[in-house]
Amino acid sequence: MSADKIKIGFIPLVDAAIPVITADLGFAAQEGLEIELVREVSWSNIRDRLIFGHFEAAHMLAPVAVASSLGLGAIKAPLAAPIALGLNGNAITLSPRLHDELFERLEPSANPADPYATGRAFAHLVRDRRARGDEPPVLGMTFPFSTHNYQLRLWLDQAGLDPDVDLRLAVSPPPFMVDALASGHVEGFCVGAPWNSLAVELGLGRILHLGVDLVRRCPEKVLAMRTGLLLERPELGAALIRACEKAAQWLSEPENREETAERLASSDRLDVPAEIIRRTLDGRLPIGDGRGERQADDYIMFDETRPDPRHARWLFEQMKRWGQANGSAAEAAETVYRPDLYDAALGRTPPSLTDDPLGLFTSARG
Amino acid sequence: MPDRPLKIALVEESPVRAEILEEGLRAVPEAQVVRIAEHANLLARIYALDPDVILIGLENPSRDVLEQMFQVSRIVRRPVGMFVDQTDRASIEAAVDAGVSAYVVDGLRKERVKSILDMTISRFNAFAKLRAELEQAKSQLEERKVVDRAKGILMRSKGIGEEQAYSLLRKVAMNEKKKIAEIAQSVITAAELLR
Repeated sequence: MSADKIKIGFIPLVDAAIPVITADLGFAAQEGLEIELVREVSWSNIRDRLIFGHFEAAHMLAPVAVASSLGLGAIKAPLAAPIALGLNGNAITLSPRLHDELFERLEPSANPADPYATGRAFAHLVRDRRARGDEPPVLGMTFPFSTHNYQLRLWLDQAGLDPDVDLRLAVSPPPFMVDALASGHVEGFCVGAPWNSLAVELGLGRILHLGVDLVRRCPEKVLAMRTGLLLERPELGAALIRACEKAAQWLSEPENREETAERLASSDRLDVPAEIIRRTLDGRLPIGDGRGERQADDYIMFDETRPDPRHARWLFEQMKRWGQANGSAAEAAETVYRPDLYDAALGRTPPSLTDDPLGLFTSARG
Repeated sequence: MPDRPLKIALVEESPVRAEILEEGLRAVPEAQVVRIAEHANLLARIYALDPDVILIGLENPSRDVLEQMFQVSRIVRRPVGMFVDQTDRASIEAAVDAGVSAYVVDGLRKERVKSILDMTISRFNAFAKLRAELEQAKSQLEERKVVDRAKGILMRSKGIGEEQAYSLLRKVAMNEKKKIAEIAQSVITAAELLR
Protein backbone atom coordinates (compact mmCIF):
# COMPACT_ATOMS: atom_id res chain seq x y z
CA MET A 1 0.00 0.00 0.00
CA SER A 2 1.37 3.40 -0.91
CA ALA A 3 1.77 5.98 1.81
CA ASP A 4 -0.78 8.73 2.40
CA LYS A 5 0.90 11.95 1.33
CA ILE A 6 0.08 14.91 3.54
CA LYS A 7 1.38 18.43 3.85
CA ILE A 8 2.03 20.10 7.19
CA GLY A 9 2.72 23.82 7.40
CA PHE A 10 5.06 25.08 10.09
CA ILE A 11 6.66 28.27 11.38
CA PRO A 12 10.40 28.19 12.23
CA LEU A 13 10.29 27.52 15.98
CA VAL A 14 11.70 24.85 18.29
CA ASP A 15 8.16 23.70 19.08
CA ALA A 16 7.79 22.60 15.44
CA ALA A 17 10.02 19.70 16.56
CA ILE A 18 7.20 17.14 16.80
CA PRO A 19 6.08 17.42 13.16
CA VAL A 20 9.71 17.68 12.01
CA ILE A 21 10.81 14.55 13.88
CA THR A 22 7.61 12.75 12.89
CA ALA A 23 8.48 13.38 9.24
CA ASP A 24 12.24 12.78 9.52
CA LEU A 25 12.64 9.68 11.67
CA GLY A 26 10.17 7.25 10.19
CA PHE A 27 7.41 7.70 12.77
CA ALA A 28 5.12 8.88 9.98
CA ALA A 29 6.18 6.05 7.66
CA GLN A 30 5.36 3.49 10.39
CA GLU A 31 1.81 4.80 10.28
CA GLY A 32 1.63 4.75 6.48
CA LEU A 33 2.08 8.50 6.15
CA GLU A 34 4.47 10.51 4.02
CA ILE A 35 4.78 14.05 5.34
CA GLU A 36 5.90 17.04 3.32
CA LEU A 37 6.80 19.92 5.63
CA VAL A 38 6.11 23.39 4.28
CA ARG A 39 7.83 26.32 5.98
CA GLU A 40 5.55 29.33 6.20
CA VAL A 41 6.23 33.02 6.84
CA SER A 42 3.13 34.02 8.79
CA TRP A 43 0.52 32.61 11.14
CA SER A 44 -2.13 34.11 8.85
CA ASN A 45 -0.85 31.91 6.03
CA ILE A 46 -0.76 28.85 8.27
CA ARG A 47 -4.40 29.48 9.17
CA ASP A 48 -5.70 30.28 5.68
CA ARG A 49 -3.77 27.56 3.89
CA LEU A 50 -5.02 24.99 6.39
CA ILE A 51 -8.61 26.23 6.11
CA PHE A 52 -8.54 26.18 2.29
CA GLY A 53 -6.99 22.75 2.05
CA HIS A 54 -3.40 23.52 1.00
CA PHE A 55 -2.33 21.64 4.12
CA GLU A 56 -3.85 18.59 5.81
CA ALA A 57 -2.46 19.68 9.17
CA ALA A 58 -0.54 22.61 10.63
CA HIS A 59 1.75 23.62 13.47
CA MET A 60 -0.59 26.28 14.82
CA LEU A 61 -0.86 28.66 17.74
CA ALA A 62 -3.52 27.11 19.97
CA PRO A 63 -5.52 30.37 20.19
CA VAL A 64 -5.59 30.65 16.37
CA ALA A 65 -7.31 27.26 16.18
CA VAL A 66 -9.85 28.46 18.75
CA ALA A 67 -10.34 31.86 17.07
CA SER A 68 -10.87 30.33 13.60
CA SER A 69 -13.43 27.91 14.95
CA LEU A 70 -15.32 30.80 16.56
CA GLY A 71 -14.96 33.06 13.50
CA LEU A 72 -12.88 35.67 15.33
CA GLY A 73 -10.66 37.87 13.20
CA ALA A 74 -10.97 35.77 10.05
CA ILE A 75 -13.19 33.42 8.13
CA LYS A 76 -15.12 31.08 10.37
CA ALA A 77 -13.82 27.57 9.85
CA PRO A 78 -14.09 24.76 12.36
CA LEU A 79 -10.64 23.48 13.30
CA ALA A 80 -9.72 20.76 15.75
CA ALA A 81 -6.67 20.10 17.88
CA PRO A 82 -6.40 16.30 18.20
CA ILE A 83 -2.93 16.56 19.73
CA ALA A 84 -0.97 19.35 21.42
CA LEU A 85 2.63 19.91 20.28
CA GLY A 86 3.91 20.18 23.85
CA LEU A 87 3.73 23.02 26.35
CA ASN A 88 5.77 26.18 27.11
CA GLY A 89 8.89 27.48 25.36
CA ASN A 90 8.38 31.24 25.46
CA ALA A 91 10.44 33.95 27.10
CA ILE A 92 10.35 37.71 27.50
CA THR A 93 13.49 39.45 26.25
CA LEU A 94 14.34 43.13 26.62
CA SER A 95 16.97 45.27 24.93
CA PRO A 96 19.97 45.80 27.25
CA ARG A 97 18.91 49.43 27.71
CA LEU A 98 15.33 48.60 28.70
CA HIS A 99 16.60 45.77 30.89
CA ASP A 100 18.93 48.20 32.69
CA GLU A 101 16.09 50.71 33.09
CA LEU A 102 13.93 48.01 34.67
CA PHE A 103 16.66 46.67 36.98
CA GLU A 104 17.42 50.19 38.26
CA ARG A 105 13.86 50.16 39.60
CA LEU A 106 13.83 46.62 40.95
CA GLU A 107 13.62 46.41 44.74
CA PRO A 108 17.05 45.35 46.08
CA SER A 109 15.79 42.16 47.74
CA ALA A 110 13.56 41.17 44.83
CA ASN A 111 13.90 37.87 43.01
CA PRO A 112 14.31 38.87 39.34
CA ALA A 113 12.37 35.74 38.31
CA ASP A 114 9.35 37.00 40.27
CA PRO A 115 6.96 38.54 37.73
CA TYR A 116 5.25 40.60 40.45
CA ALA A 117 8.57 42.27 41.30
CA THR A 118 9.60 42.86 37.69
CA GLY A 119 6.06 44.04 36.92
CA ARG A 120 6.26 46.69 39.65
CA ALA A 121 9.62 47.86 38.33
CA PHE A 122 8.30 47.96 34.77
CA ALA A 123 5.23 49.98 35.80
CA HIS A 124 7.58 52.38 37.56
CA LEU A 125 9.65 52.64 34.39
CA VAL A 126 6.60 53.34 32.22
CA ARG A 127 5.44 56.09 34.62
CA ASP A 128 8.90 57.64 34.67
CA ARG A 129 9.04 57.75 30.89
CA ARG A 130 5.61 59.33 30.75
CA ALA A 131 6.64 61.94 33.32
CA ARG A 132 9.66 62.79 31.20
CA GLY A 133 7.46 63.02 28.11
CA ASP A 134 9.28 60.11 26.49
CA GLU A 135 7.74 57.54 24.20
CA PRO A 136 6.25 54.51 25.98
CA PRO A 137 8.00 51.16 25.36
CA VAL A 138 6.92 49.07 22.38
CA LEU A 139 6.96 45.32 23.00
CA GLY A 140 6.76 42.72 20.25
CA MET A 141 4.56 39.65 20.21
CA THR A 142 3.84 37.14 17.50
CA PHE A 143 0.15 37.40 16.70
CA PRO A 144 -3.03 38.91 18.18
CA PHE A 145 -4.26 35.38 18.97
CA SER A 146 -1.11 34.09 20.63
CA THR A 147 0.00 33.06 24.07
CA HIS A 148 2.82 35.59 23.66
CA ASN A 149 0.24 38.34 23.51
CA TYR A 150 -1.61 36.90 26.51
CA GLN A 151 1.54 36.25 28.57
CA LEU A 152 2.73 39.83 28.09
CA ARG A 153 -0.72 41.12 28.96
CA LEU A 154 -0.89 38.91 32.05
CA TRP A 155 2.41 40.34 33.27
CA LEU A 156 1.47 43.96 32.45
CA ASP A 157 -2.05 43.64 33.84
CA GLN A 158 -1.00 42.38 37.27
CA ALA A 159 1.43 45.31 37.39
CA GLY A 160 -1.49 47.70 36.95
CA LEU A 161 -0.61 48.64 33.36
CA ASP A 162 -3.14 48.78 30.54
CA PRO A 163 -1.36 47.15 27.57
CA ASP A 164 -3.50 49.11 25.10
CA VAL A 165 -3.01 52.50 26.74
CA ASP A 166 0.22 52.63 28.74
CA LEU A 167 2.44 51.08 26.08
CA ARG A 168 2.24 49.51 22.65
CA LEU A 169 2.27 45.87 21.62
CA ALA A 170 3.39 45.26 18.03
CA VAL A 171 3.11 42.08 16.00
CA SER A 172 6.12 40.50 14.32
CA PRO A 173 6.43 36.93 13.01
CA PRO A 174 8.92 34.94 15.18
CA PRO A 175 11.84 34.83 12.71
CA PHE A 176 11.65 38.63 12.30
CA MET A 177 11.50 39.40 16.01
CA VAL A 178 15.27 39.73 16.45
CA ASP A 179 15.41 42.08 13.45
CA ALA A 180 12.64 44.17 14.99
CA LEU A 181 14.74 44.49 18.16
CA ALA A 182 17.91 45.26 16.19
CA SER A 183 16.18 48.01 14.20
CA GLY A 184 14.65 49.54 17.35
CA HIS A 185 11.13 48.85 16.11
CA VAL A 186 10.53 47.13 19.46
CA GLU A 187 12.42 47.38 22.78
CA GLY A 188 11.57 43.89 23.90
CA PHE A 189 9.35 40.98 23.04
CA CYS A 190 7.72 37.74 24.02
CA VAL A 191 8.44 34.96 21.55
CA GLY A 192 9.04 31.20 21.46
CA ALA A 193 12.37 29.36 21.30
CA PRO A 194 14.94 29.82 19.88
CA TRP A 195 14.45 33.51 19.04
CA ASN A 196 15.07 34.83 22.57
CA SER A 197 18.36 32.94 22.70
CA LEU A 198 19.36 34.24 19.28
CA ALA A 199 18.84 37.82 20.50
CA VAL A 200 20.98 37.04 23.57
CA GLU A 201 23.69 35.47 21.41
CA LEU A 202 23.84 38.55 19.19
CA GLY A 203 24.07 40.85 22.23
CA LEU A 204 20.79 42.52 21.26
CA GLY A 205 18.69 41.38 24.19
CA ARG A 206 18.62 39.93 27.70
CA ILE A 207 16.09 37.39 28.87
CA LEU A 208 13.91 38.84 31.61
CA HIS A 209 11.44 35.99 32.11
CA LEU A 210 10.99 32.46 31.00
CA GLY A 211 7.42 31.76 30.01
CA VAL A 212 7.14 29.36 32.96
CA ASP A 213 7.63 32.29 35.38
CA LEU A 214 4.21 33.50 34.27
CA VAL A 215 2.38 30.32 33.30
CA ARG A 216 3.87 27.03 34.50
CA ARG A 217 1.94 24.89 32.02
CA CYS A 218 1.14 27.15 29.11
CA PRO A 219 -0.70 25.86 26.04
CA GLU A 220 1.36 26.73 23.00
CA LYS A 221 1.12 25.05 19.58
CA VAL A 222 -1.29 22.37 18.54
CA LEU A 223 -1.44 20.16 15.49
CA ALA A 224 -4.53 21.67 13.90
CA MET A 225 -6.70 19.95 11.32
CA ARG A 226 -9.99 20.78 9.65
CA THR A 227 -12.84 19.22 11.58
CA GLY A 228 -14.33 18.19 8.24
CA LEU A 229 -11.23 16.24 7.24
CA LEU A 230 -11.17 14.46 10.61
CA LEU A 231 -14.79 13.42 10.09
CA GLU A 232 -14.17 12.28 6.51
CA ARG A 233 -10.94 10.44 7.24
CA PRO A 234 -10.79 9.56 10.92
CA GLU A 235 -8.02 7.01 10.25
CA LEU A 236 -5.77 9.79 8.94
CA GLY A 237 -6.18 11.79 12.14
CA ALA A 238 -5.55 8.70 14.27
CA ALA A 239 -2.41 7.81 12.32
CA LEU A 240 -1.06 11.35 12.70
CA ILE A 241 -1.77 11.37 16.44
CA ARG A 242 0.11 8.09 16.89
CA ALA A 243 3.05 9.21 14.74
CA CYS A 244 3.32 12.55 16.57
CA GLU A 245 3.07 10.86 19.96
CA LYS A 246 5.99 8.59 19.11
CA ALA A 247 8.00 11.62 18.01
CA ALA A 248 7.08 13.41 21.26
CA GLN A 249 8.34 10.47 23.33
CA TRP A 250 11.56 10.36 21.30
CA LEU A 251 12.01 14.12 21.77
CA SER A 252 11.63 13.77 25.52
CA GLU A 253 14.77 11.62 25.80
CA PRO A 254 17.70 13.89 26.70
CA GLU A 255 20.12 11.81 24.60
CA ASN A 256 18.17 12.80 21.48
CA ARG A 257 18.59 16.53 22.02
CA GLU A 258 21.75 16.82 19.95
CA GLU A 259 20.15 15.22 16.91
CA THR A 260 17.01 17.30 17.41
CA ALA A 261 19.05 20.50 17.49
CA GLU A 262 20.95 19.47 14.35
CA ARG A 263 17.78 18.65 12.45
CA LEU A 264 16.00 21.86 13.44
CA ALA A 265 19.09 23.96 12.64
CA SER A 266 19.11 23.23 8.92
CA SER A 267 18.54 26.07 6.50
CA ASP A 268 15.14 24.80 5.36
CA ARG A 269 13.91 24.53 8.96
CA LEU A 270 14.92 27.17 11.54
CA ASP A 271 18.21 28.25 9.98
CA VAL A 272 19.66 29.01 13.43
CA PRO A 273 22.92 27.49 14.80
CA ALA A 274 22.35 24.11 16.48
CA GLU A 275 24.07 25.13 19.74
CA ILE A 276 21.54 27.93 20.27
CA ILE A 277 18.65 25.52 19.72
CA ARG A 278 20.34 23.03 22.05
CA ARG A 279 20.25 25.43 25.04
CA THR A 280 16.52 25.83 24.69
CA LEU A 281 16.05 22.04 24.62
CA ASP A 282 18.23 21.73 27.75
CA GLY A 283 16.32 24.49 29.53
CA ARG A 284 19.61 26.24 30.34
CA LEU A 285 19.38 29.71 28.89
CA PRO A 286 22.11 32.33 29.24
CA ILE A 287 20.39 35.63 30.13
CA GLY A 288 22.92 37.70 28.22
CA ASP A 289 25.88 39.99 28.84
CA GLY A 290 27.48 37.42 31.17
CA ARG A 291 24.71 37.68 33.74
CA GLY A 292 24.46 33.94 34.23
CA GLU A 293 21.78 31.61 33.04
CA ARG A 294 18.23 30.59 33.85
CA GLN A 295 17.50 26.90 34.30
CA ALA A 296 14.11 25.28 34.04
CA ASP A 297 13.54 21.63 33.18
CA ASP A 298 10.05 22.51 32.02
CA TYR A 299 11.13 25.49 29.88
CA ILE A 300 9.86 23.55 26.88
CA MET A 301 8.07 20.20 27.18
CA PHE A 302 7.35 17.83 24.31
CA ASP A 303 5.69 14.94 26.14
CA GLU A 304 2.67 17.01 27.22
CA THR A 305 0.60 16.19 24.17
CA ARG A 306 -2.85 15.31 25.48
CA PRO A 307 -5.10 18.28 24.63
CA ASP A 308 -6.58 19.69 27.85
CA PRO A 309 -9.86 21.51 27.04
CA ARG A 310 -9.31 23.67 30.14
CA HIS A 311 -6.43 25.25 28.18
CA ALA A 312 -8.81 26.15 25.36
CA ARG A 313 -11.20 27.65 27.91
CA TRP A 314 -8.42 29.72 29.43
CA LEU A 315 -7.39 30.98 25.99
CA PHE A 316 -10.99 31.98 25.30
CA GLU A 317 -11.10 33.84 28.63
CA GLN A 318 -8.00 35.78 27.55
CA MET A 319 -9.72 36.69 24.26
CA LYS A 320 -12.69 37.98 26.22
CA ARG A 321 -10.54 39.77 28.74
CA TRP A 322 -8.78 41.69 25.96
CA GLY A 323 -11.81 42.49 23.81
CA GLN A 324 -11.17 39.99 21.03
CA ALA A 325 -14.26 37.93 21.83
CA ASN A 326 -17.49 38.47 23.62
CA GLY A 327 -20.40 36.33 24.67
CA SER A 328 -20.32 32.90 26.08
CA ALA A 329 -18.61 30.70 23.55
CA ALA A 330 -16.39 29.09 26.18
CA GLU A 331 -17.89 25.67 25.56
CA ALA A 332 -17.49 26.01 21.80
CA ALA A 333 -13.88 26.99 22.44
CA GLU A 334 -13.32 23.92 24.61
CA THR A 335 -14.56 21.57 21.91
CA VAL A 336 -11.69 22.62 19.62
CA TYR A 337 -9.42 20.53 21.85
CA ARG A 338 -10.10 16.84 21.18
CA PRO A 339 -8.73 14.60 23.94
CA ASP A 340 -11.36 12.04 22.86
CA LEU A 341 -9.64 11.57 19.48
CA TYR A 342 -6.25 11.49 21.21
CA ASP A 343 -7.27 8.82 23.71
CA ALA A 344 -9.01 6.73 21.05
CA ALA A 345 -6.05 6.82 18.64
CA LEU A 346 -3.61 5.77 21.38
CA GLY A 347 -5.98 3.29 23.03
CA ARG A 348 -5.67 5.03 26.37
CA THR A 349 -8.23 5.64 29.04
CA PRO A 350 -8.68 9.29 30.00
CA PRO A 351 -6.26 10.17 32.83
CA SER A 352 -7.37 11.96 35.96
CA LEU A 353 -6.63 15.62 35.44
CA THR A 354 -4.37 17.80 37.55
CA ASP A 355 -6.12 20.33 39.79
CA ASP A 356 -4.46 23.34 38.22
CA PRO A 357 -4.06 23.12 34.46
CA LEU A 358 -2.04 26.34 34.15
CA GLY A 359 -0.07 27.37 37.24
CA LEU A 360 -0.13 31.15 36.96
CA PHE A 361 2.74 33.03 38.65
CA THR A 362 3.94 29.94 40.52
CA SER A 363 7.56 31.12 40.29
CA ALA A 364 6.68 33.99 42.65
CA ARG A 365 5.62 31.50 45.33
CA GLY A 366 8.92 29.59 45.26
CA MET B 1 -25.07 57.28 -7.88
CA PRO B 2 -21.39 57.12 -8.83
CA ASP B 3 -19.07 55.24 -6.49
CA ARG B 4 -16.78 57.38 -4.44
CA PRO B 5 -13.08 57.03 -5.22
CA LEU B 6 -11.76 53.80 -3.87
CA LYS B 7 -8.35 53.58 -2.26
CA ILE B 8 -6.43 50.34 -2.71
CA ALA B 9 -3.24 49.79 -0.72
CA LEU B 10 -0.89 47.38 -2.41
CA VAL B 11 1.68 45.95 0.00
CA GLU B 12 4.16 44.59 -2.50
CA GLU B 13 7.95 44.41 -2.53
CA SER B 14 8.39 43.26 -6.11
CA PRO B 15 8.25 46.27 -8.44
CA VAL B 16 7.42 44.03 -11.39
CA ARG B 17 4.42 42.41 -9.77
CA ALA B 18 3.30 45.77 -8.41
CA GLU B 19 3.39 47.20 -11.94
CA ILE B 20 1.40 44.27 -13.34
CA LEU B 21 -1.21 44.66 -10.60
CA GLU B 22 -1.43 48.43 -10.81
CA GLU B 23 -1.95 48.26 -14.53
CA GLY B 24 -4.82 45.84 -14.07
CA LEU B 25 -6.41 47.75 -11.23
CA ARG B 26 -6.41 50.96 -13.24
CA ALA B 27 -9.28 49.36 -15.15
CA VAL B 28 -11.39 49.42 -11.97
CA PRO B 29 -13.47 52.61 -12.13
CA GLU B 30 -12.56 55.31 -9.62
CA ALA B 31 -9.80 53.25 -8.06
CA GLN B 32 -6.64 54.80 -6.72
CA VAL B 33 -3.77 52.39 -6.08
CA VAL B 34 -1.02 53.22 -3.60
CA ARG B 35 1.95 50.89 -3.33
CA ILE B 36 3.71 50.30 -0.02
CA ALA B 37 7.04 48.62 -0.69
CA GLU B 38 8.77 48.37 2.69
CA HIS B 39 7.96 46.76 6.04
CA ALA B 40 8.95 49.65 8.26
CA ASN B 41 6.07 51.54 9.84
CA LEU B 42 3.58 49.55 7.81
CA LEU B 43 0.68 50.11 10.22
CA ALA B 44 1.31 53.84 10.50
CA ARG B 45 1.33 54.16 6.72
CA ILE B 46 -1.87 52.15 6.39
CA TYR B 47 -3.61 54.26 9.04
CA ALA B 48 -2.51 57.45 7.28
CA LEU B 49 -3.74 56.15 3.93
CA ASP B 50 -7.03 54.84 5.31
CA PRO B 51 -7.59 52.45 2.39
CA ASP B 52 -10.78 50.65 1.42
CA VAL B 53 -8.93 47.57 0.28
CA ILE B 54 -5.51 46.19 1.21
CA LEU B 55 -3.84 43.62 -1.04
CA ILE B 56 -0.83 41.64 0.15
CA GLY B 57 0.96 38.59 -1.23
CA LEU B 58 1.00 35.47 0.93
CA GLU B 59 4.79 35.31 0.90
CA ASN B 60 4.94 38.69 2.64
CA PRO B 61 5.59 38.25 6.39
CA SER B 62 3.88 41.58 7.07
CA ARG B 63 0.53 39.82 6.80
CA ASP B 64 0.60 39.09 10.52
CA VAL B 65 1.35 42.75 11.19
CA LEU B 66 -1.72 43.72 9.19
CA GLU B 67 -3.92 41.29 11.10
CA GLN B 68 -3.19 43.23 14.26
CA MET B 69 -5.19 46.07 12.76
CA PHE B 70 -8.45 44.24 13.16
CA GLN B 71 -7.79 43.88 16.87
CA VAL B 72 -6.99 47.39 17.95
CA SER B 73 -10.36 48.81 17.09
CA ARG B 74 -9.66 51.87 19.19
CA ILE B 75 -7.12 53.03 16.64
CA VAL B 76 -8.76 52.07 13.37
CA ARG B 77 -11.39 54.45 12.17
CA ARG B 78 -13.25 51.97 10.04
CA PRO B 79 -13.55 48.27 10.66
CA VAL B 80 -11.41 46.26 8.28
CA GLY B 81 -11.74 42.55 7.86
CA MET B 82 -10.33 39.93 5.64
CA PHE B 83 -13.76 38.88 4.55
CA VAL B 84 -16.64 41.02 3.51
CA ASP B 85 -18.96 38.32 4.62
CA GLN B 86 -18.99 34.58 4.72
CA THR B 87 -20.66 34.32 1.28
CA ASP B 88 -17.47 35.64 -0.33
CA ARG B 89 -15.64 32.56 0.79
CA ALA B 90 -15.19 31.30 -2.78
CA SER B 91 -13.52 34.55 -3.89
CA ILE B 92 -11.27 34.55 -0.86
CA GLU B 93 -10.36 30.93 -1.44
CA ALA B 94 -9.49 31.69 -5.08
CA ALA B 95 -7.32 34.57 -3.89
CA VAL B 96 -5.45 32.40 -1.39
CA ASP B 97 -4.97 29.77 -4.12
CA ALA B 98 -3.44 32.48 -6.30
CA GLY B 99 -1.14 33.54 -3.45
CA VAL B 100 -2.70 36.82 -2.36
CA SER B 101 -4.95 37.96 0.43
CA ALA B 102 -7.30 40.88 0.47
CA TYR B 103 -8.53 42.91 3.41
CA VAL B 104 -11.63 44.96 2.78
CA VAL B 105 -13.41 47.62 4.81
CA ASP B 106 -16.82 46.81 6.09
CA GLY B 107 -19.70 48.07 3.99
CA LEU B 108 -17.97 48.15 0.62
CA ARG B 109 -20.33 47.04 -2.13
CA LYS B 110 -19.90 43.39 -2.94
CA GLU B 111 -19.72 43.79 -6.71
CA ARG B 112 -16.89 46.26 -6.35
CA VAL B 113 -15.00 43.92 -4.03
CA LYS B 114 -15.51 41.08 -6.46
CA SER B 115 -14.27 43.02 -9.48
CA ILE B 116 -11.14 44.04 -7.59
CA LEU B 117 -10.52 40.54 -6.32
CA ASP B 118 -11.06 38.96 -9.75
CA MET B 119 -8.62 41.40 -11.29
CA THR B 120 -6.05 40.79 -8.54
CA ILE B 121 -6.32 37.05 -8.86
CA SER B 122 -5.90 37.08 -12.64
CA ARG B 123 -2.91 39.42 -12.36
CA PHE B 124 -1.30 37.33 -9.63
CA ASN B 125 -1.74 34.23 -11.78
CA ALA B 126 -0.31 36.07 -14.78
CA PHE B 127 2.74 37.07 -12.74
CA ALA B 128 3.21 33.51 -11.47
CA LYS B 129 3.11 32.25 -15.05
CA LEU B 130 5.60 34.89 -16.14
CA ARG B 131 7.92 33.95 -13.32
CA ALA B 132 7.64 30.24 -14.16
CA GLU B 133 8.50 30.99 -17.79
CA LEU B 134 11.45 33.08 -16.71
CA GLU B 135 12.67 30.30 -14.41
CA GLN B 136 12.36 27.83 -17.25
CA ALA B 137 14.25 30.07 -19.65
CA LYS B 138 16.94 30.54 -17.01
CA SER B 139 17.33 26.85 -16.36
CA GLN B 140 17.43 26.14 -20.11
CA LEU B 141 20.24 28.64 -20.43
CA GLU B 142 22.06 27.00 -17.51
CA GLU B 143 21.62 23.60 -19.09
CA ARG B 144 23.02 24.80 -22.38
CA LYS B 145 26.07 26.15 -20.58
CA VAL B 146 26.64 22.81 -18.84
CA VAL B 147 26.27 20.90 -22.10
CA ASP B 148 28.71 23.26 -23.84
CA ARG B 149 31.30 22.76 -21.11
CA ALA B 150 30.91 18.98 -21.23
CA LYS B 151 31.25 19.03 -25.01
CA GLY B 152 34.49 20.98 -24.66
CA ILE B 153 35.88 18.47 -22.19
CA LEU B 154 35.00 15.54 -24.45
CA MET B 155 36.42 17.26 -27.53
CA ARG B 156 39.73 17.91 -25.80
CA SER B 157 40.16 14.59 -24.05
CA LYS B 158 38.98 12.38 -26.91
CA GLY B 159 40.16 14.53 -29.78
CA ILE B 160 36.73 14.56 -31.43
CA GLY B 161 34.58 17.23 -33.06
CA GLU B 162 31.73 19.16 -31.51
CA GLU B 163 29.02 17.20 -33.26
CA GLN B 164 30.53 13.89 -32.22
CA ALA B 165 30.84 15.08 -28.63
CA TYR B 166 27.19 16.04 -28.60
CA SER B 167 25.97 12.77 -30.06
CA LEU B 168 28.07 10.90 -27.51
CA LEU B 169 26.33 12.78 -24.69
CA ARG B 170 22.96 12.14 -26.29
CA LYS B 171 23.63 8.43 -26.73
CA VAL B 172 24.64 7.98 -23.08
CA ALA B 173 21.64 10.00 -21.96
CA MET B 174 19.30 7.82 -23.96
CA ASN B 175 20.90 4.61 -22.71
CA GLU B 176 20.71 5.72 -19.09
CA LYS B 177 17.28 7.32 -19.48
CA LYS B 178 18.58 10.65 -18.18
CA LYS B 179 18.60 14.20 -19.45
CA ILE B 180 21.54 15.31 -21.57
CA ALA B 181 22.25 18.06 -19.02
CA GLU B 182 22.57 15.46 -16.25
CA ILE B 183 25.09 13.42 -18.22
CA ALA B 184 26.93 16.62 -19.10
CA GLN B 185 27.09 17.51 -15.40
CA SER B 186 28.56 14.08 -14.59
CA VAL B 187 31.22 14.60 -17.27
CA ILE B 188 32.15 17.96 -15.71
CA THR B 189 32.22 16.48 -12.19
CA ALA B 190 34.36 13.55 -13.33
CA ALA B 191 36.74 15.88 -15.16
CA GLU B 192 37.11 18.01 -12.03
CA LEU B 193 37.85 14.93 -9.92
CA LEU B 194 40.45 13.66 -12.37
CA ARG B 195 42.13 17.01 -12.80
